[in-house]
Amino acid sequence: MNRLKQTFENLKKKNDRALVGFVTAGDPDVDTSLKLIKAMCENGVDILELGVPFSDPSADGPVIQRSSLRALKHDVSLKTVMSMVRKIRKFCDIPIIIFSYYNPILAYGARKFQPDSLAAGADGVLVVDLPLEESTELTSMWEDREFSLINLVAPTTPKDRMAKIAAASSGFLYMVSKTGVTGSDGLDTSKIGEQMKILRSVTNFPVCVGFGISTAEDVAAVAAMADGVVIGSAFERLIEENIDHPELIARMGNQTAAYKAATNLKKS
Amino acid sequence: MNFDMNDHSKNYPNAAGHFGPYGGRYVAETLMPALIELEAACKTHLPDPVFQKELSLLLKHYTGRPTPIFFAQRLTLSLGGAAIYLKREDLAHTGAHKINNTLGQTLLARWMGKKKVIAETGAGQHGVATATTAALFGMECKIFMGVEDIKRQAPNVKRMELLGAEVIPVSSGTGTLKDAMNEALRYWVSAVRDTFYVIGSVAGPHPYPFMVREFQKIIGEEAREQMMEIAGRLPDLLVACVGGGSNAMGLFFPFIADKDVEMLGAEAAGTGIESGKHAATLCAGSVGVLHGSKSYVLQTPSGQIQEAHSISAGLDYPGVGPEHALFKDIKRVRYTAITDQQALDAFSALCRLEGIIPALESSHALAAAMEEAKKRPKDQIILVNLSGRGDKDLGIVGPLL
Repeated sequence: MNRLKQTFENLKKKNDRALVGFVTAGDPDVDTSLKLIKAMCENGVDILELGVPFSDPSADGPVIQRSSLRALKHDVSLKTVMSMVRKIRKFCDIPIIIFSYYNPILAYGARKFQPDSLAAGADGVLVVDLPLEESTELTSMWEDREFSLINLVAPTTPKDRMAKIAAASSGFLYMVSKTGVTGSDGLDTSKIGEQMKILRSVTNFPVCVGFGISTAEDVAAVAAMADGVVIGSAFERLIEENIDHPELIARMGNQTAAYKAATNLKKS
Repeated sequence: MNFDMNDHSKNYPNAAGHFGPYGGRYVAETLMPALIELEAACKTHLPDPVFQKELSLLLKHYTGRPTPIFFAQRLTLSLGGAAIYLKREDLAHTGAHKINNTLGQTLLARWMGKKKVIAETGAGQHGVATATTAALFGMECKIFMGVEDIKRQAPNVKRMELLGAEVIPVSSGTGTLKDAMNEALRYWVSAVRDTFYVIGSVAGPHPYPFMVREFQKIIGEEAREQMMEIAGRLPDLLVACVGGGSNAMGLFFPFIADKDVEMLGAEAAGTGIESGKHAATLCAGSVGVLHGSKSYVLQTPSGQIQEAHSISAGLDYPGVGPEHALFKDIKRVRYTAITDQQALDAFSALCRLEGIIPALESSHALAAAMEEAKKRPKDQIILVNLSGRGDKDLGIVGPLL
């Protein structure tokens, strides 16, 4: 059984939800980034989203934009990200999703992207700017092996389109909690609940919710409705604010543990 | 490639918004429903005779169309070759071809019931044109502009503000047009339900390259008729500058099926392609995805978008419209690159010989046309799209000339 499926099943047995942690690969540098990821893994992150830095992240807010720029100062490319996945596999067996804009994948080579990702130990990919209509140009090149394409569903996505997206997905669905870029505030849990209800009516896939979730309270509120909760900008903000602090790695670990404590429905 | 030039408008883009391997809709899911809605609105309203009538009356009485074609006699004589004619888009209201598109898009926004518009701008011409038509229709208007461009195009910032628009400085990335477009996309994602995004070139996700071409093709349609009246025949060569490529597409498109009409697009070579400081996307770039469509882009080997460089803010863009990428591949249009210095020389020549101050963008087209004119016999006709006037550039050219 693949890692994603296994993860969601194990969590379900414990009445727990997935903590999905996003960090930009190579922020603030490759070594520190690997240490941060290790701290996340040791403190309960269930699924890792590893962001490929991009010069023009038009769907991201300022926090993730700056994280991309920091990583790009060290020339972190998709090739670097693959080698990081290999290193992460030595200390951790959770599902790893490569999170990228399309252009770095095109430049890497759309055809060899999937076999290389699998060889490195990744479980799937989420391409921010590759909607349903364009995604077959990538997936049609894939070998017939288990590798998840994680698709996004937005608050603007109508029900019939949700069904089409779900049918073309694998692994889990990423439900965007609000119209806006990553890291913007104003989480509205009642709206998420309505959107979730519609999405659940068209799919049995696990659904993870992201965008604008930053506190443990947010995590608990969303975990009550979803199969997973995605934290991205809040982790990146922690990195940015503690970038020169000797406790950076420890703080990342503590923060991960705090979020993880909030995903379990029995505890909260 | 299976390509029917006589039936180009019917085949391209296809239903998915692709121009051969280019174009498409590479955007976040949040924007997809808005693009689908816009595409449906284009299909419904653009062919509507009432919409077309309203637009053509505005183009005539508000914009001042048709813009004239002028024979640049002294310039022609000074070069000793082919005759150079100028399509005077610089005489359109607001001083550039940009208004053709913004008038069309804001009118469409109104027909769709949207009351707010946003736009990105580089040189400020598209921003001014959007602010203008937003004022005309009483719409709320926000213009995203890079901080570098705000510095070098200060008069246009003032104009937009006078017209009631809010100019939002963009300091992310390189603070130029590409970053303004990123920021406009970010804003649009958050306000997509009631806001219409007026993209200024034949770039961006489908249906923008198609829609902008539809609103700009009036340049070429008028030019065909005017050249028949003036010279009794079509020109031998069309020349236009290419940043994103809207004025070039507007001039070229109605001539696509005329196999005897050559076409030349002039990109910005900045301080020279070999210097690495240029904006010659088609001449020196490679295939990639930027701002929602697949086309040629300036990028590093690992797919990071590179900064473009040009003396002309309107050409200072590392991408280009997807239909131009197709035209390059099938060799329907030839693309060349003109340096800052060549553009400045052409700028001076037109000022002194014809009493016309051209935009630095259009000066690239002019420079390419002047090179061609020298090589061609006197009985040939070159038509240059003089896409804008140069008043906005006086601060830049002043210290250099």
